[in-house]
Amino acid sequence: MTRLDTAISDVDALDRLATRGSPIHRLDPRAKLVVTALFLLTVVSYPKYNVVEMTPLFLYLAALLALGRIPALMLARYLLLACPFALLAGLFNPLIDRQVVTYLGPLAVTGGWLSFVSILIRFTLTVSAVLLLLASTGYVAVCAALGKLGAPRLLVIQFLMLYRFIFILTDEAERMVRAHSLRNPDEPNPPLRAWGSLAGHLLLRAYDRGQRVHTAMLARGFDGTLRLPQGFHWSMADTLFVAGSSGFLLLARYGHLATRIGQWTMELAA
Amino acid sequence: MSHHIIEVKELEYRYADGTAALRNVSFRIEHGESVGVIGENGAGKSTLLLHLNGCLLATKGTVRVGDIPVLRDTLKQIRRSVGTIFQDPNDQLFMPTVEEDVAFGPLNMHLPPEDVESRVHKALEAVNALHLRNRPPHRLSGGEKRTAAIATALSMSPDILVLDEPSAGLDPQARRRLINLLDGFKHTKIIASHDLDMILALCPRTIIMHQGTIVADGATADVLSDRNLLAKSGLELPLGAQGCPICNAKHPEK
Repeated sequence: MTRLDTAISDVDALDRLATRGSPIHRLDPRAKLVVTALFLLTVVSYPKYNVVEMTPLFLYLAALLALGRIPALMLARYLLLACPFALLAGLFNPLIDRQVVTYLGPLAVTGGWLSFVSILIRFTLTVSAVLLLLASTGYVAVCAALGKLGAPRLLVIQFLMLYRFIFILTDEAERMVRAHSLRNPDEPNPPLRAWGSLAGHLLLRAYDRGQRVHTAMLARGFDGTLRLPQGFHWSMADTLFVAGSSGFLLLARYGHLATRIGQWTMELAA
Repeated sequence: MSHHIIEVKELEYRYADGTAALRNVSFRIEHGESVGVIGENGAGKSTLLLHLNGCLLATKGTVRVGDIPVLRDTLKQIRRSVGTIFQDPNDQLFMPTVEEDVAFGPLNMHLPPEDVESRVHKALEAVNALHLRNRPPHRLSGGEKRTAAIATALSMSPDILVLDEPSAGLDPQARRRLINLLDGFKHTKIIASHDLDMILALCPRTIIMHQGTIVADGATADVLSDRNLLAKSGLELPLGAQGCPICNAKHPEK
């Protein structure tokens, strides 16, 4: 349970970064959201064996990281936390797809290994982009921007409430597990058969809590629309950011940027 | 200003399963009064409070706030003039930061942004919590959560404040600060609590509830010194009115 607790406090730490000031922090959340969405689309649009062509996208992330003054180590830590999912997703590729597609010097590279690496690169790119968005904007502002850009109202409310009550829910879960283990000194963790009733109780408590929160919302005039105080201000910088980033993404995707960078460096070296 | 008045007449409420939670409850609270509602667990205090802002609607009888009856159609007006502070501040603070939470009510009243801002500022200032403005509620202490919760109700500029167990779970100094804070408010106040000493300090008038009915309604000094009445209602004398526990350790009741 403490591991869950650490994960939750990590979310919190990420959000605290969002209160810093930097050129990236000052951009309109909508601009950052749109660019992040374009970035994700670009990443998934590459063909499966296309590893090299994706590499220039790291430049974009590095620029955001530097301009936004976001600690790279922290980002790396989150990536490590999430990487088991990506490893699992690509685990069987090298076993299934054994066709040799290219040679790295004397080393034969099969399609499976290449697509495995491709999955890892895509994972790093997409997760970093989303983490950077959160660290430079903050969870609430991202949700508000989603709402402004026309995301379904209920979804936005769900996201916001999730962020508030995940902390209370984990607290409650932790107390229940502690109460269980105090009365079972031999078994520090509840046995599998106890999880059903623990989860059931947690659900009932969450349901009760939900009703009380809803009552409290109604008492303050809630009518189904969640209104947030912060207004957004779209400025020239935002337009430039969206235009510049889209231009770079297009160039990276269709302009063979990786090959060109390669050629330039070769020429410089020669 | 007649809209600060609360009038409850022969109120009856049954839960969906038919259990009567309130029976024949009647009282009238005048402008600027501060009234304590006390009674054992399950006496119907919280159920009664939920009727005052229309979260529950009477099965029988009427509730009026000022000139307006509490009905489904009048809920908007009622909730604007009655500010409710619920027992668990975690239920009341549901937005990601204190500022957004305090702004929640004014935004639902469709006020222009400048007015929302000034109300948020004023409400937080009134509870001395301007420094909590940008904090997320999960990182506040119990006392801070309570003051933030009070600010969320104040920002709607209510005429009447309804508080359910406001001192529950507070440490002694936080409780004292809360009492001083509430004492400074000019609103009509209705406070349900087991903290009889707080009621004694804040409310000149007290209503005792027992099994869904009112068994006493009078001056707090009289009601809270009637040992028999209190015992019958599952209560006891306020600690302040009991003997000194150190001088009279064996018989604190005498």
